[in-house]
Amino acid sequence: MNENKIRIEFPSKPENERFARTVAAAFIVGLDPTIDQLTEVKTAISEAVTNAIVHGYEERDGIITIEGKIDDRTVELSVKDNGVGIPDIRRAREPLFTGKPEKERSGMGFTIMETFMDALEIESEVGKGTRVIMRKNLE
Amino acid sequence: MELYTDGKSRSLVVKIVGELDDHVAYSVKGSVDEALERTGAVNLIFDFSRLGFMDSSGIGMIMGRYRTVNALGGKIAVMGASENILKIIAMSGLGDIVLTAETFDDAREELMRDE
Repeated sequence: MNENKIRIEFPSKPENERFARTVAAAFIVGLDPTIDQLTEVKTAISEAVTNAIVHGYEERDGIITIEGKIDDRTVELSVKDNGVGIPDIRRAREPLFTGKPEKERSGMGFTIMETFMDALEIESEVGKGTRVIMRKNLE
Repeated sequence: MELYTDGKSRSLVVKIVGELDDHVAYSVKGSVDEALERTGAVNLIFDFSRLGFMDSSGIGMIMGRYRTVNALGGKIAVMGASENILKIIAMSGLGDIVLTAETFDDAREELMRDE
C-alpha cells in the first residue's frame, strides 16, 4: 500500500508557478506515471496556482498552500489561497469564462483542470478564499 | 525566447524554449508587441518545437496577439507543438483561428497560401 503526504506554503509570486509544477511532478514520480500523466498533473497544478495568484490574490502578496496525498494509485492535490474568493463557482467553471477579460486570460483554467484530472472540487467563500481539490488515478 | 523575422512570409517568428506559463507569457507579450510594431511584420509564427510545457496562460497570450495581427490583416501559425500542447489549443477553440503546422516550412507555406 502506497501512502504519502506533503504540505507546502509559498508566497503568491508568478515565479513560483514553476516551483509548484516541479513539486507536483516530484511528488507523484514514485508512482511511475506516464509522461502524459505527468504533464497533465503539472498543467492542472499550474492552472490552479496561476488562478490563486491572478484571481485569488489579484497579484497582491499572499500565501498559497499546496497539500498532496497519495493513496495507492490515486493522487489528491489541493491548492488553497486566502484571497477574494469566487462569487459564482458555476459560472467560473464554464469554458472560456474569465473574470479578467481585460487581462488576456483564456478562461480555460478550470476546464483544463477538469479534463486533465479525474475529479475537481472547488470550495470558495467571497472575502475568505478558495480551495481547489483535484484527484487523479494513475493506473 | 528568440525573435526574428522571415521577410518572405512577412512574419515575426517567436521561438519559445522551455516552459510557457503565466510568468513567461507576461514577458513574451511585451517583446512580441514591441517587435511587431518595430519590424512591420503582419504574420506571427510561434515556434513551439522546443517548448516542453504550456498552460492556458499561453492560450491567453496567443489570443491577445491574434487581435493585433488580425487588425493588420495577418495570421498566426503555431509550429512544432507537442501533442499535449495541441490538445490545449484544440480545447480552447484556438485551433479554429490559428494555423498549426509541424515544420517551419509548412507554417510559412500555409501563411503565404492564405494571403
